[in-house]
Amino acid sequence: MMDVMPRWADVVLVPLISLILAFGISALVILGIGKDPVEAVKLMVTGAFGSTYGWGYTLFYATNFIFTGLAFAVASHASMFNIGSEGQATLGGLGVALVCLALPWPHWAIALPAAMIGGALFGAAWAFLPAWLQAKRGSHIVITTIMFNFIGAAVLNYMLVNVMRPEGSMDPASAKFPAGTNLPTLHDILAPFGIEFSSAAPANISFLIALLACFLVWLMLWRTRFGFELRAFGRSESAAVYAGISPAKIIIVAMLISGGLSGLMAINNVMGEAERLVLNSVEGAGFIGIAVALMGRNHPVGVALAAILFGFLYQGGAELALWMSIPRELIVVIQGLVILFTGALDNMVRMPIERVFLMMRRNAKAGE
Amino acid sequence: MDFSTLIQILDSTMRLATPLLLACLAGLFSERSGIFDIGLEAKMLISAFFSAAVAYDTGSVWLGLLAGIAASMVFAAIHGVASITFRGNQLISGVALNFLASGMTVLIAQNWFQQGGRTPSLLGKARFEPLTLPFADALSDVPVLGPIYSELLSGHSILVYVALLAVPATYWVLYRTRFGLRLRAVGENPAAVDTAGVSVIGLRYAAVAIAGLLCGIAGAYLATGLQAGFVKDMTAGRGYIALAALIFAKWRPWYALSACLLFGLLQALALRTDVVEAIFPFRMPVQLLDSLPYILTVVILAGFVGKAIPPRAGGQPYVKER
Repeated sequence: MMDVMPRWADVVLVPLISLILAFGISALVILGIGKDPVEAVKLMVTGAFGSTYGWGYTLFYATNFIFTGLAFAVASHASMFNIGSEGQATLGGLGVALVCLALPWPHWAIALPAAMIGGALFGAAWAFLPAWLQAKRGSHIVITTIMFNFIGAAVLNYMLVNVMRPEGSMDPASAKFPAGTNLPTLHDILAPFGIEFSSAAPANISFLIALLACFLVWLMLWRTRFGFELRAFGRSESAAVYAGISPAKIIIVAMLISGGLSGLMAINNVMGEAERLVLNSVEGAGFIGIAVALMGRNHPVGVALAAILFGFLYQGGAELALWMSIPRELIVVIQGLVILFTGALDNMVRMPIERVFLMMRRNAKAGE
Repeated sequence: MDFSTLIQILDSTMRLATPLLLACLAGLFSERSGIFDIGLEAKMLISAFFSAAVAYDTGSVWLGLLAGIAASMVFAAIHGVASITFRGNQLISGVALNFLASGMTVLIAQNWFQQGGRTPSLLGKARFEPLTLPFADALSDVPVLGPIYSELLSGHSILVYVALLAVPATYWVLYRTRFGLRLRAVGENPAAVDTAGVSVIGLRYAAVAIAGLLCGIAGAYLATGLQAGFVKDMTAGRGYIALAALIFAKWRPWYALSACLLFGLLQALALRTDVVEAIFPFRMPVQLLDSLPYILTVVILAGFVGKAIPPRAGGQPYVKER
């Protein structure tokens, strides 16, 4: 079964066809609500890529999705289904906020590493218990991480309403972070190079850190002993155990890395954009990470590309809501369709393509 | 806390437990046949919308109920095709359906009614009215038992009683019929069922369809019984609480009833902060109350309080040997 298709077909052709199917149905949905899909696509493309302002939002969303996509991918390689990115990123936000508010930080270059540690630590901590329960007690990680998403939301709610809300404020949000924690935006970074970039867009230095994270995850998975063990365990638990790999260690460490990556997302949305902690700041990015990792075939390069695609959908979708009065929920529908076709219905696309390749091979043999 | 407050809280427990119970039994059928279903939420939500929309347009809540069930069954069919026919990942299919329902309902609602992604409020025959059980009024003056009968048990919409009856029905189907035996077997050891000449695929589709039916009723109850109309994301995580209840109940019908009543009680208490303050000597944060179902489920899953063992073949697509 493995070599029925050439690698390019598996990596490019199958996801591409799935994506075309998902977008085709999305176009039908747009038609169904009485709008013009061609006009909608044009608007989305110009809205997301037509200006540095659009790019700034696209890359801002993409940064979130890179972190959560990587998180899902790392866990996936260990055959763990981490549906808890949402909660881990929520707790990551709490960690980042606590760090940012703890000291009168003099400069962002000092605050950022500390905030990264805070976010990753809280995110990893939120993944630890589900991971430990899976490794030691056999509790299904999908259910425990779903439960932890809800518990995480409740923890954040409690902290914002009862602990972190400034005196006299009615808003369930933390105080504004000190100015020394404000991250440089892409506008600030690109200006010295003479490149004009919109100063109103929220994309910031976290995008570069997300790209660095992609590289480090690749390095970890394919160039270290631990990464090899992790992937071996993901392929076959019994074979890995026979090779002397400890399942508990792999499960727990893989989930800690996964949770840490989810938590790191908070340097973008909490520290980089909102500059304070608000309720529901993750806004579903944890779940989009699943779609991103599926699209990107769990490879960091694929994850980065898929994250930009979803960043485009998010920014483009916002433009649709603004100019064509198509509800923002259209993006949620597209997202659902992309997950359905690239993930759950993968075999529906794959089986006919495999058949075509088999036939081509048979014909080639017959022709010899 | 006096007796009438207690009755009020238990009364609202019954109402809040109903959608949980129906969804929980839906999950029970599906998971007992070996199909994980984290798309309970999706099926309830799509049904909630279509039942409210059709009930509003036709003025008949019964047509609304049928429309809701049909919509839920369509989603169940997608889940079936993805996870049974194409042997896709059942969790991913569930996640996809949850997104799809959350987005589609608002999109269609906005296109249909132009009210910001909701349906207009339902009135009169477009809603399930409370039923008064026989002699409820006459017996209401009897001490203790009177209020229990006339206020707690009587006066709910018909779907509440449907949900309660679904428990013994589920028990009977699962443990007293041939279909139930095969259904349970297919979730534990599909190869054995296949060897006996019974279609694994057919059984699993049947289970997924039953789940669609029950979620359809649950969603219709949310929009036309518990509340009067559809609003965005009105299921509010109930599908996940039902999933939690299913684990809490260890995949058994009668336990599902008690788990759902317990979680319904927690939801009812979360709405009555005055009562919560009276019961607990310390200040009980409402967030803790909200998350108790999830915390309890994790504790159960951890296996420190009796072990919850899921059906053995759960989540694995069945591949016939060739």
